[in-house]
Amino acid sequence: MLVNILFWIYAAVLVGAALGVILARNPVHSVLLLVLCFFNAAVLWLLIEAEFLAIVLVLVYVGAVMVLFLFVVMMLDINVERLREGFVRNAPLAALIAVIVAIELGYVLWVRRLGVELPAGTAPLPAGHSNTAEIGAVLYTDFVWPFQLAAIVLLIAIVAAIALTLRHRPGVRQQNIGQQVAVRPADRVRLVRMKSEREP
Amino acid sequence: MAMQQVALLIVLAPLLAALLAGLAGRQIGRTGAHLVCTAGVGLAFALSLWVLLQLANGAPDYNGAVYTWGVSDGLHMEVGFLIDRLSALMMAVVTFVSLAVHVYTIGYMKDDPGYQRFFAYISLFTFAMLMLVMSNNFLQLFFGWEAVGLVSYLLIGFWYKRPTAIFANLKAFIVNRIGDFGFIIGIAAVVYYMGSLDYMEVFARAPSVVELRVQLTPGETTRAVTLICIALFIGAMGKSAQVPLHVWLPDSMEGPTPISALIHAATMVTAGIFMIARMSPLYELSHDALHFVLVIGATTALFMGLLGLVNNDIKRVVAYSTLSQLGYMTVALGAGAYGAGIFHLMTHAFFKALLFLAAGSVIIAMHHEQDMRRMGGLRRYMPVTYWTCLVGSLALVGFPGLSGFFSKDIIIEAVHHSDIEGATYAYWCVLLGVFVTALYSFRLVFMTFHGRERMDEHTREHLHESPWVVTLPLIALAIPSVVIGWLTVGPVVFGDWFRGSVQHGADGPLAILGEDFHGPAAFLLHAASSPALYLALAGIATAWFLYLKRPDLPEAIAQRFAGLYRLLDNKYYFDWFNENVIAAGARGLGGGLWKRGDEQAIDGLLVNGSARTVGAVAAVVRRVQTGYLYHYAFAMIIGLALLLGWLLLRT
Amino acid sequence: MITLAHYLTLAGVLFAIAVAGIFLNRRNVIVLLMCIELMLLAVNFNFVAFSRFLGLLDGQVFVFFILTVAAAEAAIGLAILVVLFRQRRSINVEDLDAMKG
Repeated sequence: MLVNILFWIYAAVLVGAALGVILARNPVHSVLLLVLCFFNAAVLWLLIEAEFLAIVLVLVYVGAVMVLFLFVVMMLDINVERLREGFVRNAPLAALIAVIVAIELGYVLWVRRLGVELPAGTAPLPAGHSNTAEIGAVLYTDFVWPFQLAAIVLLIAIVAAIALTLRHRPGVRQQNIGQQVAVRPADRVRLVRMKSEREP
Repeated sequence: MAMQQVALLIVLAPLLAALLAGLAGRQIGRTGAHLVCTAGVGLAFALSLWVLLQLANGAPDYNGAVYTWGVSDGLHMEVGFLIDRLSALMMAVVTFVSLAVHVYTIGYMKDDPGYQRFFAYISLFTFAMLMLVMSNNFLQLFFGWEAVGLVSYLLIGFWYKRPTAIFANLKAFIVNRIGDFGFIIGIAAVVYYMGSLDYMEVFARAPSVVELRVQLTPGETTRAVTLICIALFIGAMGKSAQVPLHVWLPDSMEGPTPISALIHAATMVTAGIFMIARMSPLYELSHDALHFVLVIGATTALFMGLLGLVNNDIKRVVAYSTLSQLGYMTVALGAGAYGAGIFHLMTHAFFKALLFLAAGSVIIAMHHEQDMRRMGGLRRYMPVTYWTCLVGSLALVGFPGLSGFFSKDIIIEAVHHSDIEGATYAYWCVLLGVFVTALYSFRLVFMTFHGRERMDEHTREHLHESPWVVTLPLIALAIPSVVIGWLTVGPVVFGDWFRGSVQHGADGPLAILGEDFHGPAAFLLHAASSPALYLALAGIATAWFLYLKRPDLPEAIAQRFAGLYRLLDNKYYFDWFNENVIAAGARGLGGGLWKRGDEQAIDGLLVNGSARTVGAVAAVVRRVQTGYLYHYAFAMIIGLALLLGWLLLRT
Repeated sequence: MITLAHYLTLAGVLFAIAVAGIFLNRRNVIVLLMCIELMLLAVNFNFVAFSRFLGLLDGQVFVFFILTVAAAEAAIGLAILVVLFRQRRSINVEDLDAMKG
């Protein structure tokens, strides 16, 4: 019963926070509200015993990705007012599309019942069951290749992000170690052959 | 020696010589070029003579393929030789005249910078002509046909810096293309109806398709064999210069004289005659085609001869004479007397080559002056040329006993006895043609060799007889011009010489004539009772009267009959018609198609038009591509919603 | 009793809100990116719920991968954004019309 009440509370907060994300005037508020969304989502996932993903969502998403968002939003000097132009004008269209999408999804879910027999509830898990261990077991056996692939995707993302934002400022004095190591005597000393000058 | 190897040697010797002289002419030099080519053709002549003697002594015909080029759906495309008495005779004639011309060229072209090229061409021509003559199938016949046409084109334009020569060779090429178009249609029809390219197979199958009819025009059918024969004859009309495709031959005199003798008198132009004689089993099946051949030939024989009366260029007179004589041969073919046609071809080859070479000798002596009005009295300066030319002219007009007499008389008699439709018209044409022939021949002789000396002083001082390389061929050709008729008329025309290679109707004119033939001597006596002899003599007498006795008369006659003279002087306006109606029409049509069809319809409407349409559509569509990220995002989301809705509503 | 349908409905509502957010904040690239994050969250909700209610772990593994890719996407997207701002002094989508046809 407690679980039910918790679900409703967190779900309500989640929806409210999501609305806040899209309606907030200041992007910083949007980011913070999105963080709230993720926290709520994590709790909701905990309620259906997906502990690992709940923790990962908080650690990775909130801890890394959203912080990155926050950095960027704060770092950039954004003219908020200009970005909000057309906000009201687009609201009816936005609402219409959202309602249509919601109706379509609801239709699938409530009228068509997904076309299959929906399970009534969750099967109770045995005592000492570890969601993390289970996922780990699957991830390193059946999904080892996709796992490696995901690692490579992340690596490429790191390299790409660095490559994109890296820039050389002109006029900055800096050491070029490669050049220093590769230097030869002839580059530094010029030997000049000349006649000895006569005594005056 | 096996016949196949000999045949190969005969065709390949001139080809090798031509390649040597043509490709390595600089290395082997002028002497090397003429030695190689003369040797090659000489070898071919010797072997051809050997083949001819073998066949005359009863050796069997040779018919075999030496190389299969390809087989397509049962159709064999081969290089092969058919050596029977017809082709052997042609081979001997071709190689003999060619040899004479080779020797003559050594003197005639002595100072020409294109010496080696010239020898390469004439040897190549000999090769091509031999391929044509010796072929045993239509494909090789066509190859030889086109190859001689090509060499003819090259040689007419030999002096390629002269605009007139370029015009003439282009004209020859185009007119021959028209004929060749008919020819290749004929060959295609042969393949279509008979399913073979091989002569013997085609002849064997011909009787079985004789009733086959083909619908050319709505509501009217023609016999397939008639179609084939007429299409093939159109090819012969181009190559053998029959009206109205004769226009190229007089202009071809722009080429060097040895060429006029070899190609445009003795050999190449007779290819059409030879071809029809070769196809005689087909022509015998279609009297309609023979009728067509007969009328065309008769028209050519008389009306082209008339043109020789008004021309003053010595070579062109001989050229018109050639046209007229080709008409005679065609008449013989049309009358069904194929043997007579070939016989005239042979005798004509000798005396016409002789006349051309004699004209060339005169031209050398006159420093390349060709106008007969500036000649006269040359008899005293160049006796060998005069006498050989006289012999040639007498042979041409049919002086009793000389070769032309036999061949021409037989043609006239054959036409007289022919029952082909139009034979009466042809008979009168060839009979009057005898008078015309005598008149223009002796006009040439009298204007050139007799009478007042009308050349300037400078030329007169340098007049002398030509060197031996020029006169030797003249003498060599004069001998057969005199005797060949007497010697061969019996076996070739009335004997069984062509049995097997040329098919004559059992009741054809030659069969009728053959019953009355009792040797050349009796034939000679019989001639005294035929009108042809008297007409020839009258022609000579008229020429003497007009050009020696009263040289002022021709001018007066020309003025008295100014209209007729103008008609002849303009060659019946054939050139005018071709240039102003056909060529201008083709140019107009081409220009119209170019401007309207190509530039406006294809380029303007289709090519640029479709590009413009794409551009116009793109100009509208590009407004959709705003470049704004959110428009693309909106499009995706709205599309997603629509797709989802469609999927849900569909089921 | 909380059923699968509750979770799916919640995900659907989240997704619809995110769609509306894209339309509303069409000029602000950062908010657009955040809306995409919301959409991904909605999808992840579905995966997790199905996984748990059907008793199959594969869904959760899939979410794990989606998180990975989403992290990469966010990193690169923000990097592009930073470069863009450096060039244009703006993150207004309406200024980005170099691809206009």
